[in-house]
Amino acid sequence: MAVLNEEQEMLRDMAREWATNESPVTEFRKVRASGEPEAFDRAAYATMAEMGWAGIIIPEDHGGSDFGFMSVGLVVEELGKTLTASPLIATTLAASAIILGGSEDQKAKWLPKLASGEAIATLAIDEGPHHDPQAIEASVSGGKLTGTKAFVAEAHGADLFVVAAKDGLYLVEKGDGVTLTTRRLTDQRSHADIAFDGAAADKLANGGDDLLDKVLDRARVLTAAEMLGMAQIVFDTTLAYLKQRVQFNQVLSSFQALQHRMADLFADLAQMRSAVEAGLQAIDSGAGAERAAIVAKAEANRVLHTMSNEGIQLHGGIGMTDEYDIGLYLKRARVLEAAWGTRSYLKNRFATLGGY
Amino acid sequence: MATQLEPEARDSADVFREEVRQFIADKFPEELKGKSVSLSATEGPIKETEAQKAWREAMGERGWGTPTWPKEYGGGGLNRKQAAILNEELSRAGAYNPIGGMGVMMFGPTLLEYGSEEQKHEHIPPICRGEIRWCQGYSEPNAGSDLANLQTMAEDKGDHYLVNGQKTWTSGGQWADKCFAIVRTDRSDKHKGISFLLIDMDSPGVEVRPITMISGTSPFCETFFTDVKVPKENLVGEEGQGWTIGKRLLQHERTNLSGAAPGGRAGASLADIAKKYGRTNKDGTLADPVLRDRIADFEIRWTSFLHTARRAVEESKAQGGVSEISSALKKLGTKLGQERAELTIEIMGLQGLGWEGDNFSPVELQGVRAWLYGKATTIYGGSTEIQNNVIAKRVLGMLDHQ
Ligand SMILES: Cc1cc2nc3c(=O)[nH]c(=O)nc-3n(C[C@H](O)[C@H](O)[C@H](O)COP(=O)(O)OP(=O)(O)OC[C@H]3O[C@@H](n4cnc5c(N)ncnc54)[C@H](O)[C@@H]3O)c2cc1C
Repeated sequence: MAVLNEEQEMLRDMAREWATNESPVTEFRKVRASGEPEAFDRAAYATMAEMGWAGIIIPEDHGGSDFGFMSVGLVVEELGKTLTASPLIATTLAASAIILGGSEDQKAKWLPKLASGEAIATLAIDEGPHHDPQAIEASVSGGKLTGTKAFVAEAHGADLFVVAAKDGLYLVEKGDGVTLTTRRLTDQRSHADIAFDGAAADKLANGGDDLLDKVLDRARVLTAAEMLGMAQIVFDTTLAYLKQRVQFNQVLSSFQALQHRMADLFADLAQMRSAVEAGLQAIDSGAGAERAAIVAKAEANRVLHTMSNEGIQLHGGIGMTDEYDIGLYLKRARVLEAAWGTRSYLKNRFATLGGY
Repeated sequence: MATQLEPEARDSADVFREEVRQFIADKFPEELKGKSVSLSATEGPIKETEAQKAWREAMGERGWGTPTWPKEYGGGGLNRKQAAILNEELSRAGAYNPIGGMGVMMFGPTLLEYGSEEQKHEHIPPICRGEIRWCQGYSEPNAGSDLANLQTMAEDKGDHYLVNGQKTWTSGGQWADKCFAIVRTDRSDKHKGISFLLIDMDSPGVEVRPITMISGTSPFCETFFTDVKVPKENLVGEEGQGWTIGKRLLQHERTNLSGAAPGGRAGASLADIAKKYGRTNKDGTLADPVLRDRIADFEIRWTSFLHTARRAVEESKAQGGVSEISSALKKLGTKLGQERAELTIEIMGLQGLGWEGDNFSPVELQGVRAWLYGKATTIYGGSTEIQNNVIAKRVLGMLDHQ
């Protein structure tokens, strides 16, 4: 755990307490059982916004607290631990695009609503099943956006989309010319393909040529923070299970083969946490953010992938049941691994940035 | 300087920094710039040049080779902040700390904690001056990971002990002046029968036989003790306290072994080596996409390891105790170091496997030896498997399997 300031510690403790008491995995199960494509609890999100979480990266004069990415990362990590379904990450990322690239009018119009929870927003970047920001076809002419976006997270709840077109990022409100097709993924959260057919689009014109890259840095790091919470819980749950399950007249945790696997996972988890925290810090300081974000997401992908597989294996048969939570983490893990770059994508990008 | 502040208004750190700069300007021989040679027990004896000797003596006299050790025993008496400034200024000037080896890394800190006044006054100052080499007499043929199984016996003969037995893997034993050893003073108790003893390597009855390693060098020895007389004054702590003292020393050893030390990865990057030895595309990228992937994969994990090493230090400082992730650093760092060495020789092809001859560059030859020597890092100082046992039991609270 990075060394935190007092504000951050309070925020983390508050998020931990709320997630544990008010939003345990049973809450996600209720959302799942409801079958609503929106896949989150509006009342719960309203509470989160009331606690200020939707405005953590938003400047104070637009209704936020301006605490930065390290701070929102702490909250997201706690929510990841209990698989809390909410558009908090999506909205934070959309807000970051507006902060980085929006005009004063755009900021004044949207940021206070996003901070208060009155409006929900999300990024709509990729157009196929793979993260590939180089292959964007959507285009805008005369202020109208045409194109398709694939697997947009939190699309059902969103009032506003930050859409990548060939020449930059645009704000598009849900409404005329915006059609959603639900895509049910294994994590059973909100995902949809979106057809934009001459939808009114308002360009984020102040962000420079690398606006999309900067937003993607933030998307990678914040997604990695959610994954960190998940990996931590899978590890803790598995360790607790090994200490309690008896076979051959002894607890499983007394077998050295299992001890060494847990020691490896412990070391992996330490690496993942360091990488994610360094990524969050780099976004806040601005120093080396792009590389730090790649390292954060690549390490999150690597470690959560292994952790979720080992978690199932070390639980034995019970890990295969829907009733037991560990499988829910596995399914969410793979969706997040694919988001904003698989390991292959990220390694390629890392090498390119390194000039080799 | 643009502004001249009154002396009393200036920060004491600035005053100290200036003192260091002046010292380096006065004492550091220009010809040694960028050439770090420390008194390292594993690299063999060094024939000191006049300049090297002068620099060692200058640093030794100040106690700045062991900057945070107490002044009364010949250390620098500096606080951590001053020691950091000293380090910064040394590296800024291309200078180095010429005082090192096992005396500095492991034995000194342990003796400062457990030694008597007489022992500290006798043994610490020569370490601070870089005059005496120490070796570590721990392992035996039947006591490796299970170190407490050691059998070398020290028999009480009134005013002295009579030592008989064999140590092995004694790094630098053939060049050492003295040995800190753990020996058995009581056969009835595995752990409480162990004592911590200081033995002169030139005492009658001490014999060392160098062992050749896979890397072709002989940095360690078998050490035999036959009726070696060791005065009672050379017992550190109480009789039977050797296991506690000996384990404390190992903690000092481990903190030095993860490879995360600054400058631990000097030299060309893997990508640069790959560009030099392999084909590149027109745009300068590597033509072998699989190798490119493996290099990026390694560098990403190495980066997060460096973040982890930094985090361990920050956490330990903030919580005033050893951070739990410190226990993972040795196994992570040594494994990554080995992986890097493997990648390096693979990138170079057969040119990277040279044993000797003018048709290999010194860097190539040295790389091969370093790759081979590097296999030891996951064995000594508590092997990776032992680290895993420690993490599982002490950090994760998993039960003992034995
Ligand atoms: C280059 C080098 C320098 C050294 N320098 C010194 C020195 O200066 N002074 C000194 O005293 N010693 C020194 N050593 C010795 C070193 O400390 C020992 O090699 C080390 O403690 C391992 O002991 P061993 O070699 O007997 O291996 P063993 O203990 O026999 O181990 C063999 C294998 O079994 C594994 N193993 C052992 N026990 C367990 C267990 N409980 N659970 C799971 N796996 C286990 C080990 O990890 C290893 O893989 C040096 C060694 C090397 C290689």
